[in-house]
Amino acid sequence: MAAEAPPLAMTGGRVRLDGREVLHGIDLRVEPGEVLALLGANGSGKSTLVRALLGLVPLSGGRTEIYGVPPARFRDWHRIGYVPQRLTVGGGVPATVREVVASGRIARRSRLRPFATAADRAAVRRALEQMRLTDRAGQPAQRLSGGQQQRVLIARALAGEPDLLVMDEPTAGVDAASQAALAEVLRDLVRQGRTVVLVAHELGPLEPLITRAAVLEQGRIVRTGAPPAPEGECARPGHRHQHPHAAEPAPGSLTPWNPT
Amino acid sequence: MTDLLQFDFMRIALALAVLIGLTAPAVGTFIVQRRLALLGDGIGHIALTGIGLGLLTSTSPVLGALVVSVLGAAAIEVLRARSRTGGDVALALLFYGGLAGGVLLTNAEGGGRDLQSYLFGSISSVAPEDLYVVAALSVAVLAVVALFGRELFLLCQDEEVARASGLPTRTLSLLIAVTAAVTVVIAMRAIGLLLVSALMVVPVAAAQQVTKGFRDTMLAAMGIGVLSAVAGLVASFEYDLPPGPSIVLLALAVFVTLVLVRSFGGSLSRRRRLGRTLPSGADDETADETAEAEVHT
Repeated sequence: MAAEAPPLAMTGGRVRLDGREVLHGIDLRVEPGEVLALLGANGSGKSTLVRALLGLVPLSGGRTEIYGVPPARFRDWHRIGYVPQRLTVGGGVPATVREVVASGRIARRSRLRPFATAADRAAVRRALEQMRLTDRAGQPAQRLSGGQQQRVLIARALAGEPDLLVMDEPTAGVDAASQAALAEVLRDLVRQGRTVVLVAHELGPLEPLITRAAVLEQGRIVRTGAPPAPEGECARPGHRHQHPHAAEPAPGSLTPWNPT
Repeated sequence: MTDLLQFDFMRIALALAVLIGLTAPAVGTFIVQRRLALLGDGIGHIALTGIGLGLLTSTSPVLGALVVSVLGAAAIEVLRARSRTGGDVALALLFYGGLAGGVLLTNAEGGGRDLQSYLFGSISSVAPEDLYVVAALSVAVLAVVALFGRELFLLCQDEEVARASGLPTRTLSLLIAVTAAVTVVIAMRAIGLLLVSALMVVPVAAAQQVTKGFRDTMLAAMGIGVLSAVAGLVASFEYDLPPGPSIVLLALAVFVTLVLVRSFGGSLSRRRRLGRTLPSGADDETADETAEAEVHT
């Protein structure tokens, strides 16, 4: 079998939003089986970059490919799991946790089979278990806490059994126990040779799993490589980040772990 | 009830009410899910121009309304997708243009009396041919919901995730807008264009007071829709009331009742919990409270 194209590859990617260029020529290649963290301060372009990588925002320059195919011509969407950055599950009508999670199977289900197969049901059950939502499956997702809703969004992506999982701030507002559950899931995915791209602001228990980090600053990748270890104050056991988002950068806080 | 079935027009109108009660809330569930509750209202305004055109050209007003509201719905969808800002103003322009155009065109035709019946509904104006058209359109609407429900659910829940799942989001968005337009045409004779949107939204709002899931909400909303449409129609016949407002007020009464049931039920279970000597900690209510507590930590 010929070597497969990389899950994601962008060359010279530029994105303009509302007339302002927010990504200025990004070169990024994601190799199969790696766990890549995109790090950077708020407004550095991390979210825009993952959305551009998946073709959800158009490029104003450069090109990008998913498994070797431009997003507009890509068809194997069942290989992709996407967890958007959201505060809530969304929707104006209540939906149970199971309904939301099951909708993550959609790219794997055939139009010709209107009913869920045993494989569909098993995948949904596994995703619920992995994100510790089994006992909440029948509850309206919108009435769960913020952290639990985030787990629902991750479970939805897992239900599709993706080869490439792209997560935008999956740990934002999630309690320590859920972060640990997510770390366990990622470890599983890595063992199965799947690829993970995640946008993060702080890594917490996910840190040991990261194989490579790319740091964004003002729409440019300023460095890539092994994830830098937390330093100083941040390395202290039990340290919890409290980021006042609009604050100025503290002096000496050049590691990506301590953005503004 | 039996004498009411002696009238041909009443049998037709009742069949119509069942179809409207089923289709409007079914489509409405997706529209409320997508937070576009006023979409039906906008389409209703635009449809009036179609009726005016139909009357003026002496073709069918229903056909005119169908063509113009489908085009209008497509235009709304394009405006919604294209404009990140200012889309609401563009929509408002379209709505008012549709309403003003419709009133002018109907007046030009000298159809002032007709206008009233199109705006607020009228049972006696429904002809048997209309029923066939409406029945066919209802089947089409319910088929769309049954065939594409899963895709539409994800689209209305989160459009970006739907795109990242490979769904043709533009086509599906257009499909839901066009289906809403067809529903408006189905319901306009009995309920009237100014109130048609209420039957797409109010039963859904009522149902979700007591349901937990999407499918349950849709089915309950359809039940409430049929109940309000049939009971409203009967009431309008018995007491000589306009059908549209009767149907909508009944649906609103169901909404208020379910809000009361929910808040009364909630306070009852709270009181029961407070009265307990030993915390049991395993029932749903406690779980909900734990969830709430987590939000605050």
